Amino acid sequence: MTEKTVLNATHRALGARMVDFGGWDMPINYGSQIEEHHAVRQDAGMFDVSHMTVVDLHGERTREFLRHLLANNVDKLKAQGKALYSCMLDEQGGVIDDLIVYFFDDRHFRLVVNAATRAKDLAWIEQQAKAFGVEVKERPDFSMIAVQGPNARDKVIGLLHEVDRERIRKLGKFVAAAAQGPHGMPLFIARTGYTGEDGFEIIVPEEHAVALWEALLAAGVKPAGLGARDTLRLEAGMNLYGQDMDETVSPWEANLGWTISLDEGRDFIGRKVLEAQKAAGVKRVMVGLVLDEKGVLRHGQKVLTANGEGEILSGSFAPTLNKAVAFARIPAGEPGEVRVDIRGREVPVRVVKYPFVRDGKPCEGI
Amino acid sequence: MSEIPGDLKFLKSHEWARAEDNGNVRVGISDHAQGQLGDVVYVELPEIGASVQVGHGVATVESVKAASDIYTPVSGEIVEVNEALADSPETINEDAYGEGWLFVVKPSDRAELGELLDADAYAEQLENEDH
Repeated sequence: MTEKTVLNATHRALGARMVDFGGWDMPINYGSQIEEHHAVRQDAGMFDVSHMTVVDLHGERTREFLRHLLANNVDKLKAQGKALYSCMLDEQGGVIDDLIVYFFDDRHFRLVVNAATRAKDLAWIEQQAKAFGVEVKERPDFSMIAVQGPNARDKVIGLLHEVDRERIRKLGKFVAAAAQGPHGMPLFIARTGYTGEDGFEIIVPEEHAVALWEALLAAGVKPAGLGARDTLRLEAGMNLYGQDMDETVSPWEANLGWTISLDEGRDFIGRKVLEAQKAAGVKRVMVGLVLDEKGVLRHGQKVLTANGEGEILSGSFAPTLNKAVAFARIPAGEPGEVRVDIRGREVPVRVVKYPFVRDGKPCEGI
Repeated sequence: MSEIPGDLKFLKSHEWARAEDNGNVRVGISDHAQGQLGDVVYVELPEIGASVQVGHGVATVESVKAASDIYTPVSGEIVEVNEALADSPETINEDAYGEGWLFVVKPSDRAELGELLDADAYAEQLENEDH
């Protein structure tokens, strides 16, 4: 049974091409995913991300619980509304999911986790929460719209109640706050995203989602599908769960070391294994690849290096760069002249540091 | 979806063939196929003079989403390829049955054209795929 977001009919009326994504019937594009990609890089685009799972955590020991559950340290969250990106690991240090956690107060935090991993995430969180007496409450009553691009914030702010505008304009990166939207609808606005552009991710009660979408459309925000979302996040150097990492992969091998907080005395799930891996040194590393020739790098293609074979994780044509880029996991060490096997043809590629694109511009050396 | 031109013949794999007045056969992909592929970003075309066999892959159309092998609907010799696609592959999305053509074959056996689906049969195949 395919699930539908409350915006499903709206997408269809806009001429969206729909696909199954993790059990959800979602728009892949509304005509051209490349045009949608450029709209986000140059102006403002919006994505229906209501398929993502919102989970509220309540209880006296919620902060203590999250110190244990997450590999990043929630003690970094001190001000109300502050957000943190983290991995949730299993006992073997494999990645169950990546997520964003928002701080309301010490008895209330909010998680936003991936759609495709919803069932296993909820089961894992509930299992771990018992010992801390924390209540785990899914919030299917919320929809979520991501508005992204250099003009995204202005367009959203223009729709807010006047008393909220200045406060939301001043919202720092990775901070969220409540505000009143069109017709007084209650919004939870976070200055976060998955595109490498500035913008907001807005959580809205389901019954107001269509009205918010229509208001954004009228304000000149261009609908964008999952196709553009994928090329935007790849250019921005952001991992996709299930493609770039999963339970079989250590965060050290997925360039997620920056999210691992090995702070003194905090016993989080997976920590022992992670420390052992770090001490032993990792065998595989995740790198960026650029193909300067014609052709497209794609998931699953073989990568040939001086130290043996690796493979492409996420790969695509990158519309901002007009050439193909990819993430690859390859054996650690100096890789030498690297080639990718594209349908039997060995094509030279460059190993680069990513992100490939930031704030609308190609990064240096790409 | 745009109308399927009545003078075209089709392979089940969504390539179209147009018999031209000089006896050659122009080949492209259907409007349905370009819609399925999404934005085309790169096209690999055969060499002029290459000898091709019906049903064999002779070209590749790559979209952002996927790479797709293109089969020739007739055997023969490649006499023309659409060089303009190198700079503007999106022409395939914009005009699949016209400016977005891929290559022209000088057929060695015109009887092969009779094996292809006509426009109505192809439209029916698309109907069935939708259900």
